[in-house]
Amino acid sequence: MYPAKFDYVSPSTLEEALSILSASENAKVLSGGMSLIPLMKMRLVRPTTVVDISRIPGLDEITDEGDHISIGAMVRHADTAASPLVIEHAAALAQAAGATADIQVRNQGTTCGSIAHADLAADQPAAVLALGATMVVASLAGTREIAAADFFVDTLTSALTPEEILVKIKVPKGGKSAYVKLGRRGGSSDYPIAACAVWVDASNGTVSDARIAVTGVGSKPYLAAASAQAVVGTDGSGDAIAEAASHATDDIVVLEDLYGSVAYRSHLAGVYVQRALEEVLA
Amino acid sequence: MEISVSVNGTDHRSDVEPRTLLVHYLREDLGLTGTHIGCDTGYCGACTVIVDGRTVKACTMLAVQADGQSVQTIEGVANGDELHPVQEGFWECHGLQCGFCTPGMIMSSIALLDSNDDPTEEEIRHGIEGNLCRCTGYHNIVRSVQYAGARIRGEEPQGASQEVSS
Ligand SMILES: Cc1cc2nc3c(=O)[nH]c(=O)nc-3n(C[C@H](O)[C@H](O)[C@H](O)COP(=O)(O)OP(=O)(O)OC[C@H]3O[C@@H](n4cnc5c(N)ncnc54)[C@H](O)[C@@H]3O)c2cc1C
Ligand code: FES
Ligand code: FES
Repeated sequence: MYPAKFDYVSPSTLEEALSILSASENAKVLSGGMSLIPLMKMRLVRPTTVVDISRIPGLDEITDEGDHISIGAMVRHADTAASPLVIEHAAALAQAAGATADIQVRNQGTTCGSIAHADLAADQPAAVLALGATMVVASLAGTREIAAADFFVDTLTSALTPEEILVKIKVPKGGKSAYVKLGRRGGSSDYPIAACAVWVDASNGTVSDARIAVTGVGSKPYLAAASAQAVVGTDGSGDAIAEAASHATDDIVVLEDLYGSVAYRSHLAGVYVQRALEEVLA
Repeated sequence: MEISVSVNGTDHRSDVEPRTLLVHYLREDLGLTGTHIGCDTGYCGACTVIVDGRTVKACTMLAVQADGQSVQTIEGVANGDELHPVQEGFWECHGLQCGFCTPGMIMSSIALLDSNDDPTEEEIRHGIEGNLCRCTGYHNIVRSVQYAGARIRGEEPQGASQEVSS
C-alpha cells in the first residue's frame, strides 16, 4: 500500500509552514506520521500537499516556564514519557505517553500530533484534559490559546482549523495526577478499551479540586464532571472514590465494538476512574 | 525529489517520489530486501529499522522523511562474516522458526540492548512489544536476547546448549 500522489514540503520556519497551509486547498501537517501515513496509505486521506514540520528548529523542546511546562509540537511520545520535567509536574501525561502504542510508534509519533489527531480512544488527550492544559495554536493571523476542555470536539475532530498548527501545549504545575489504562492487547499496549486520567489538588487532607478524564469509552475523550464533583470537598476516602466511579459515564453515549459491549465498557470506565483516583489519593 | 540518506554507513543520493515509503526505498531502490513487509499497517514490526539511533517502522515512514538521516538495516548489523551478538543469540537459541519477523525482531533487540545490556525477562518482553511473531511464542526470542546480552557484557552465555525436544 502506498499513498496517492502529493507534494512534499519540509519548511525550515514556522512562518513558511503557515503560509503554505493557508495557500493550499488541501494541505496536511505531518509531524510523526503515525496516524496520517496509515490514513494516506488506505487512501482515506488524500492531501495535495504534505507539510512536514519536523525540520523547523525549536519545536522539539520541553521547557520549564515557571508555573507551567511547555511541550513543543515535535516532542515524540518517547521523549514526553522519559522527561524528568513531565514526570515531576504532569505524571498523567508522562504515563499516557509511555502507554501509547509500542516503542517504534513512540519513537516517531508526537504528543501534539496525538492531541491534534483527536482519536476517540487516544491516550494523551485524556491526560491533557485532566491536567487542565492549554493548546497554543498558530496561523498566519496570529496565535490563540485553546483550553483542553474546549479542544476535543468530536471523533477525529478538534478545534483546530486546517490553516493552523498546534505549536505547543502548556501544562500547569501543581497537584497530583495519574493515568491508568486497559489496552486492547491487555496491559497498556495499543489503544485503550477504557482508560482514565485524574488530577487532584489534595494538599491538606481534603480534595479541594479535581478533574477526571475518560478515553476509549465515548465518541471523544471527555471530562467526567459528576465524578470530579463527587470527590471535591471530601477526604478522598473509599466511599468518595466509589461514588465518583459510579458517575464515570453520566450523560455519555458509550461505544460498542469488538473489544467490548456497552455494559462492559461502562463497567470498565468506573473501574478505571476508581483505580486512577486510588493512585493519587493513596 | 532528491534525498541523501546514509544506509549501513554508505551514502546514497536518490531521486524518489514523495509517496515512496522508506521500506520500499530500502527494498526496491537499494535492493536491501532483508527488511520485511508484514502487515503494512504499522502493527507487526517486521519492517523495523533504526533511523538516527531509534527504531521505527519503515512501512509507516516516507523515504523523504529520512532525508539527511542515517539508517541501519539488518544487512548492516554483522561485521563481515562475524555475526552480531544478537544474530548469534537467535542462531544459538532457536530464536526463529519461519524467520519472517526476525530482521525486525533483531533490530528491536539491538536497540533494547544498546540502552540496557542486562534486561530482565520482563524488560525484554516489553522491549519487543512492537514486534509480532506468529511462530515462536516469544520464549526462545527472549532466550536469544538474554544470550546476546551476556555476549555484549563479555560473559559466557547460558542456555544455548539446552536441547529443544522434537
Ligand atoms: C501501530 C500503532 C498503534 C497505535 N497505538 C496508539 C495507542 O495505543 N494510543 C494512542 O493514543 N495512539 C496510538 N497510535 C497513534 C499514534 O499515537 C500517533 O502518533 C498519533 O495519533 C498522531 O501523532 P503523530 O505525531 O504521529 O501525527 P501525524 O500522524 O503526523 O498527524 C496526525 C494528524 O494530526 C495532524 N497534526 C499532527 N501534528 C499537528 C500539529 N502540530 N498541528 C496541527 N495538526 C497536526 C495531521 O495533519 C494529521 O491530520 C497508534 C499508531 C500506530 C501506527
Ligand atoms: S510491515 Fe511495517 S509494521 Fe508491519
Ligand atoms: S519466526 Fe515466524 S513469525 Fe517469528
